[in-house]
Amino acid sequence: MIPFVGGQIDNLHRLAPEITLCLFGIIVMIADPFVGAARKRALGWVALVGALVALAAVHVANHFPGPAYSDLIRVDSFSVFMHVVILAAVVLSILGSFDYLDQENIQRGEYYALVLFAAVGMGILAGANELVTAFVGLEISSIASYVLVGFRRRSPASNEASLKYFLLGSFATAFFLYGVAMVYGVTGTTRIDAVQTAFETLLAASPHMPGLAVLGLGLIFVGLGFKVVIAPFQVYAPDVYEGAPTPVTGLLASGPKAATFALMIRIFYVSFGSAQGLWFWAICVCAVLTMCIGNFAALVQTNVKRMLAYSSIAHAGYILVAFAASTALGVAAVLFYLAAYVFMKVGAFLIVTHLGQQDEKRLSIQDYSGLASKQPVVAACFSLFLLSLLGLPATGGFLGKFFAFQAALGVGRRALALLVVIAAINSVIGAYYYLRVIITMYFQAPHRDYTPTPVAPAVVIALFIAAAGTLYLGILPSRVWDLAQVAAESLFPH
Amino acid sequence: MGTQGYLLTVITFLPLLSVAALLMLRSDDQVWIRRIALAASLAEFVVSLLLLRGFDSANPDYQFVEKHAWIGDSIQYHLGVDGISLFLILLTTFLTPLAILCSWESIRDNVKGFFVSLLVIETAMIGVFVSLDLFLFFVFWELTLIPMYFMIGMWGHERRIYAAVKFILYTMFGSILMLVAILWLYGKAGTFDLPDILSLMQSGQLSFPPRTELLLFGAFFIAFAIKVPLFPLHTWLPDAHTEAPTAGSVILAGVMLKLGTYGILRFCLPLFPEAAHRMAQPIAVLAIIGIVYGALVATVQTDLKRLVAYTSVSHLGFVVLGIFAFNTVAIQGAVFQMLSHGVSTGALFLGVGMLYDRRHTHEIKQFGGLATPMPVLMSFFLFIALSSLALPPLNGFIGEFLILIGTFQSHHAWASWAASGAVLSAIYLLWAYQRVALGEVTVEKNKTLPDASMRERIILVTMALAILFMGVASPLFTRRMEVSVNNILEQTSTPRNASRPVGLPRAPYVVALPAHPALAVLAERQVRP
Repeated sequence: MIPFVGGQIDNLHRLAPEITLCLFGIIVMIADPFVGAARKRALGWVALVGALVALAAVHVANHFPGPAYSDLIRVDSFSVFMHVVILAAVVLSILGSFDYLDQENIQRGEYYALVLFAAVGMGILAGANELVTAFVGLEISSIASYVLVGFRRRSPASNEASLKYFLLGSFATAFFLYGVAMVYGVTGTTRIDAVQTAFETLLAASPHMPGLAVLGLGLIFVGLGFKVVIAPFQVYAPDVYEGAPTPVTGLLASGPKAATFALMIRIFYVSFGSAQGLWFWAICVCAVLTMCIGNFAALVQTNVKRMLAYSSIAHAGYILVAFAASTALGVAAVLFYLAAYVFMKVGAFLIVTHLGQQDEKRLSIQDYSGLASKQPVVAACFSLFLLSLLGLPATGGFLGKFFAFQAALGVGRRALALLVVIAAINSVIGAYYYLRVIITMYFQAPHRDYTPTPVAPAVVIALFIAAAGTLYLGILPSRVWDLAQVAAESLFPH
Repeated sequence: MGTQGYLLTVITFLPLLSVAALLMLRSDDQVWIRRIALAASLAEFVVSLLLLRGFDSANPDYQFVEKHAWIGDSIQYHLGVDGISLFLILLTTFLTPLAILCSWESIRDNVKGFFVSLLVIETAMIGVFVSLDLFLFFVFWELTLIPMYFMIGMWGHERRIYAAVKFILYTMFGSILMLVAILWLYGKAGTFDLPDILSLMQSGQLSFPPRTELLLFGAFFIAFAIKVPLFPLHTWLPDAHTEAPTAGSVILAGVMLKLGTYGILRFCLPLFPEAAHRMAQPIAVLAIIGIVYGALVATVQTDLKRLVAYTSVSHLGFVVLGIFAFNTVAIQGAVFQMLSHGVSTGALFLGVGMLYDRRHTHEIKQFGGLATPMPVLMSFFLFIALSSLALPPLNGFIGEFLILIGTFQSHHAWASWAASGAVLSAIYLLWAYQRVALGEVTVEKNKTLPDASMRERIILVTMALAILFMGVASPLFTRRMEVSVNNILEQTSTPRNASRPVGLPRAPYVVALPAHPALAVLAERQVRP
């Protein structure tokens, strides 16, 4: 049908973001030995340019919607939306890393290369239409992040986090792979849409799903649940998030989470779309567990990174509420939530990075007391991100929750209505720990021995983008919400 | 439309615009920060007076309407006022300059932050009063919280952090359930637009099964009742009012509590008429308990500011009672009482704040005989107290009187119980005044206290004039709100509840009984037809 060469070029276009990221990652790796220790920061700028070019490449890919490479990867509005979200997280994280790495004396080229490779993996996850390809994406992004987590190699906490993440993470990906194998065993295919057709034929023949397929779905759920950090697979997250270098934590809490949610949506909504009854209750139960565990555990934390880690667990729970809706509106709500979430979460971690100072020694909430009188703008930005995480109107976080609740209530199922009420109550519980940080920053006397470091220009830019994004999504969400809806529709061809 | 086309937007966002101006000033330039904040709030008041000129009191529809698409097809930027919100806006814009004036000298730390918070609250509160879209309403509703939280937490008194957290968590808990109810309503109606939803209900295209309606009503009502606050949800109020700086208390008591009663009138009654009628009885009982309980607790306070705080529980009980009497006079009285409570209690807090500025205490024991060193301040204080205890012909009297008359027409017992609150208010206010102002000066320090300064006299005279004006010229107010009140009553009366006596769900009612054994008698009277 399509001429051979022309088809290849289209394929290249469709994969342009990943190719760009790989190219720049390789450039950084090759250039690394030739750049003196004092100039390593330049490699960071190369990586930043790479991420920005990839963002432009997403625009190119957007003009070539359709399947690439025998339908292993698919470019549709959904994957385009997710690519932008992921790359936004990557750009913000790179911007936040420059000065952190200098300060920790670990400014190295491979850091940036790994961030780019992780982004490649996430991009593949967002576009994968084939389970083994998805696995490859999962591994690329995971392995890069295992290394990134342990990047502060002189710090025992970072090492511990890396090892823990690696061991448990490999275990989880194994679960995923095992699940894929079972699905293949039942359906004879690993293409996500072909699995759907296979199941539909199977279900037409007999009303029950084959046991093997149920098992496969369960295993896939465990594997992906680990990566998006939902209860009961969340145990590792606080330790890993706390031990990882803070900019990496910001990336981990946003990028892979968003990408894996994208894959989860594809697998659950498309492949297992006809078996919605199978996974609906699992999602509901996990949502309640995730929200409650995240929020209640966050209440008692004294370390900001740990608190934000638990908060990100809680947010996965809110996303699951929209996920459970099982409608196009629910998918759109998940997408919008993820977009808002990336800005506020990475923004919050940028501030934590900045305030941590050398060796990340100022991470206790008490270290922030009286911050408002010493660094009013930093405190105001942090408050904005916290209030957005809390879900205050006029911020992206509020509309994320709003659309999520709206989608879930729109279905008209009693279980979902109950889920929304639980989520709503949870978000008030969550308010307490976010407000506690604001209390410390604004209402308490400043530390006398604290000398604030000036905010580096790169961080200023990143904070500005994050704050502007949070407010934009909160006040003028129409455009992004429309895009999210279009993206969600593209998953449901009929 | 013409130039009036954007009047409401201008009024709503003018304070926010002045915030932008304030942010550009250096934070140590305190003089100009104060001046600009005051000028902005005065300008805001003048602009809001334009509403009165263009307002047509015979028109039952919303006026100065602005409607633009905002998010998707369903969420609109829809503003409008009727005879009820009109006056609440004026109350807000009237009290804000006074709140700024009263903080002129008492706020010394982070002056910029303080006035920024104050003006942001003003925008948010006006936003609540003008929103006709449920989503927009909710956004403004939540936006009032954060600046108030900062105001209590940063510039409040000793236990400010406790009070601030209690205030915000309490209110958020209520409002998040309201958000769920709003979304549910949207799921059924397909729009967030209040007039659209109401017309869908009028035409019968939208109706709820009684259980659902009761749940939705409950979700809205609890959010509003916390804000009012209705007994037994009032426990955040004494702390927040006592710990807030004077301006914060003035805004809290003066306007923010009315967000609750306004919400009940604007949303709870027209949207859920059946449920409102079904729940009227237990709610009225709670309101009466609030009236009596608030008054009794106020009587025994040893802290002057806490005393004034508890009077709000009592006075707002009257408002809720009036609303749930479901007749024109009572609801007019309720709206009037909202305004007059805003002015009187605002003035009481201003007076208490002036005492605090001098002595840095609210303990009644620390005062006594203050009329000797401060005759002017104490005379005004008496005048304000008299207005608050509803002495004719001052403003407080009109509100309570209308409420009692209206309530008496439909429920004799309610009115007679509530009337006891009016008596109690005379006791606690006059007794408090006696302990503070009359007799010998007992504390040495008090002998040399300066009398009201020029700035304070301006505040007190303005307040006194407002009190007198509202009392004497009350028809100017009631006439303008009559059509709107009738409109709400019309939306609230459905054929079903018109033909049925006011129903009595027993359970919550019975639960309320042990709180006040005397209520058993009331129950007896009401159950019998």
